[in-house]
Amino acid sequence: MSSHGIRDKVAIVGMGCTQFGEHWDRSVDDMLTDAAHDAYTSAGVTQDDIDAFWLGTMGSGVSGLTLSKPLQLDYKPVTRLENMCATGSEAFRNAAYAVASGAYDMVMAIGVEKLKDSGYSGLTGARPPSDGTDSTITAPATFSLLAPAYAHKYGLDPDTMKEVLTRIAWKNHRNGALNPRAQFRKEVAKETIAGSPLIAGPLGIFDCSGVSDGSAAAVLVRAEDAHKYCDNPLYIKALSFASGPATGALDSTYDYTTFREVVASATEAYKQAGITDPRSQIAMAEVHDCFTPTELVLMEDLGFAERGLGWKEAMAGTFDLDGDLPVNPDGGLKSFGHPIGASGLRMLFECWLQLRGQAPPERQIPSVTEQGKTLGLTHNLGGQPGAAVSFVSVVGSELG
Amino acid sequence: MGRGIIAYGAYVPYWRLDRSKITAAMGAGGGRGHRAVASYDEDTTTMGVEAARNALRGSDIVPDSVLFSTANPAYMDKTNASAIHAALDLPQSSWAVDAGGAPRSSEAIWALAAANRGANLAVASDLRTGRPTSGDEAGGGDGAAAFVFGDDAVSPVLCEWLGGAVATAEFTDRYRQPGDAYSRIWEERFGEQVYLPLANDAIERALADAGVGLDGIDKIAIVGLHARAVRGLSRVAGDKLVGDLTGEIGNTGTAHAAIVLAAVLDDAAPGETILLVHLADGATADVLRTTDAIADHAPYAPVRAQIDRGNDALDYNKFLTWRGFLDREPPRRPDPERPGAPPAFRSEDWKYAFVGSRDRSSGAIHLPPMRVSMEGGAVDDMERVRMADVPATIATFTVDRLAFSLSPPMVAVVIDYDGGGRFQAEMTDVDPDEVRIGDRVEMTFRRLYSAEGIHNYFWKARPAAG
Repeated sequence: MSSHGIRDKVAIVGMGCTQFGEHWDRSVDDMLTDAAHDAYTSAGVTQDDIDAFWLGTMGSGVSGLTLSKPLQLDYKPVTRLENMCATGSEAFRNAAYAVASGAYDMVMAIGVEKLKDSGYSGLTGARPPSDGTDSTITAPATFSLLAPAYAHKYGLDPDTMKEVLTRIAWKNHRNGALNPRAQFRKEVAKETIAGSPLIAGPLGIFDCSGVSDGSAAAVLVRAEDAHKYCDNPLYIKALSFASGPATGALDSTYDYTTFREVVASATEAYKQAGITDPRSQIAMAEVHDCFTPTELVLMEDLGFAERGLGWKEAMAGTFDLDGDLPVNPDGGLKSFGHPIGASGLRMLFECWLQLRGQAPPERQIPSVTEQGKTLGLTHNLGGQPGAAVSFVSVVGSELG
Repeated sequence: MGRGIIAYGAYVPYWRLDRSKITAAMGAGGGRGHRAVASYDEDTTTMGVEAARNALRGSDIVPDSVLFSTANPAYMDKTNASAIHAALDLPQSSWAVDAGGAPRSSEAIWALAAANRGANLAVASDLRTGRPTSGDEAGGGDGAAAFVFGDDAVSPVLCEWLGGAVATAEFTDRYRQPGDAYSRIWEERFGEQVYLPLANDAIERALADAGVGLDGIDKIAIVGLHARAVRGLSRVAGDKLVGDLTGEIGNTGTAHAAIVLAAVLDDAAPGETILLVHLADGATADVLRTTDAIADHAPYAPVRAQIDRGNDALDYNKFLTWRGFLDREPPRRPDPERPGAPPAFRSEDWKYAFVGSRDRSSGAIHLPPMRVSMEGGAVDDMERVRMADVPATIATFTVDRLAFSLSPPMVAVVIDYDGGGRFQAEMTDVDPDEVRIGDRVEMTFRRLYSAEGIHNYFWKARPAAG
């Protein structure tokens, strides 16, 4: 009984990603069509070459028909799946396994979400009938539980904690400002971030990820076939997923300064990829910065910073675009936007650009071009502190 | 075998409205003093639960019935007492029944509780409304009180009933059509002149029935929504008159006689004789006497302590919003969903009684109850554990300004119970700026919201009284 991983067995040979944002003029069908065809073009293939599809969406459609109808697929298999905010990554993971198993030669993983049609602020979703006792606090509130717990545990006063969170938002906005696909493409002054209207706990509106519409897609083949389609494919080094027992809100030993699911999924991914020191071995990471305290805690859970020191590293610029380990160089959920089903694939899209040296010069990370690092990590989270699902992938530009 | 009151408790909600705020806002109405205000998440049922918990705390009395009376029922055509019964975790064999309508209905549950065999819990509760600037708005109050009548064999009788009498008449003093948000009142001099002779008649016959002369009465309590008639009658009581609390908490209607009696008993010495007069569509007079057992009785939540703990920071506009007289813009969030009847039925122990499960092997407490243990994974080896009365400490918290709430922002806390167990709860009766890690809290039964005609009852945390 063991997890073996599929290191270097599957490669990405093409990707597409729409701009994320408030697409009042574009439907789910439009975005799926754009992302899929951009990915075909990127891989130099046609729709007929794809043998099977995995579609991730949390609430913008049900069943494979959500994809097969707009793309007019020719009776191909489409799996529609959902795993909360990690939905896009889950589509990618399952598509990769289908290739690794030998069942298909070429598959597509595609994610989409249309959030802005609801008319509501933040995320909404249908729940099954309940006894009415489930928590009804919003997503920012659940993640804001991290902030006082972290500050209390490590002795940060509230003002310092707010400065740390503000800097994380400032960094991600700064990265997004350089990215034409991002929802928010402006730098935001720290004073503006810190002074924005409060949403939950110490979190202001600028501590929250962008609610947006978007789609992203990847074409996958067996690693040995990759060079038929692409001179510089990305190889999958690790895929891991952890679905927690959701005991954070029951178990007094959980202290709201970590995601146990992230630690478990990161440990598994590093084992699969043969990574022993993520901080020095990884060129970049796209992490699930749904809210600023999440990114802070993730730096420690993913092993990028020592416990209790993530805030100092964040303040020192370790995770900036030109830092030791750039985190969310594309702007992250914060400024690139977070259309749920698309986000995991959007993270991989940034690895696709950066690790292959194809990001525009003004935002190409030096860890790849100057230090020659080849590995990228994506981390996608669903749920809330204490009750989460977590995905980690490691991808690389070289075999072995 | 002696029979009488073997337990009692009152509930006065946390919030107070300073009546001068009405005058300041409206240029009319209001007055001096305060009225008690049920929070946005309270109704007569939840206040009744809190009063009953205060009555039963520390005792092992298991009431054979829950008799509930209110002029402001949360439901019509559905029994409210059954929710109180469930929240108290009482056995299926206990009766639960409402006596609704006018404040006079409270007399029915007292009489039934006293007369029926066994230990009977009578809960009177009211939430008094009034149109802005009206006398009812300023003079009303919200609260509840619960009395358990039973035999000495169950628990020592604290107070016996010596005798009583009623005087009945049909007249139009105050009235409200079903569904109306407030009552209407006839010209008050009329009511006064109808009530006074009725009261004098009832008092005279009650004293005779009890075999006690007026000089044998130690304390006189006169209670009724007709303030002018109460004042008129009070003049004859002299220095035996006990304060009716209306200046501090307002007149709580159906609950008021019970709250005033609870306040009297809180401070009573053994052998005190009490005349309780209730003016409500007629007059009822009862003569009671405390027993020696009251000397050893330490009330869990004395009325005076609850009054003194009140917070009068409540703004008038918030008061109007809570009572539905102001319709404020909701957040851009979906309306809350009604609880499903079958899921709520399946989880009655959890939702109403706050009963979790404890793993017999590891001792781990699960809130909500689980079948598979989070420690060790034992399956179906759980015992029920009621956590409603267990104090807790805040582990972390947030203030949610986006969530739907009838009174935003919503405060959420993760709390660790003394002796084990954790839960993420909403917090109530608290200033959002005052919440801190390490604060002590206790549980309170509340109405989270109502959706599509269904009230969603569940437990919240509130600052610990101690």
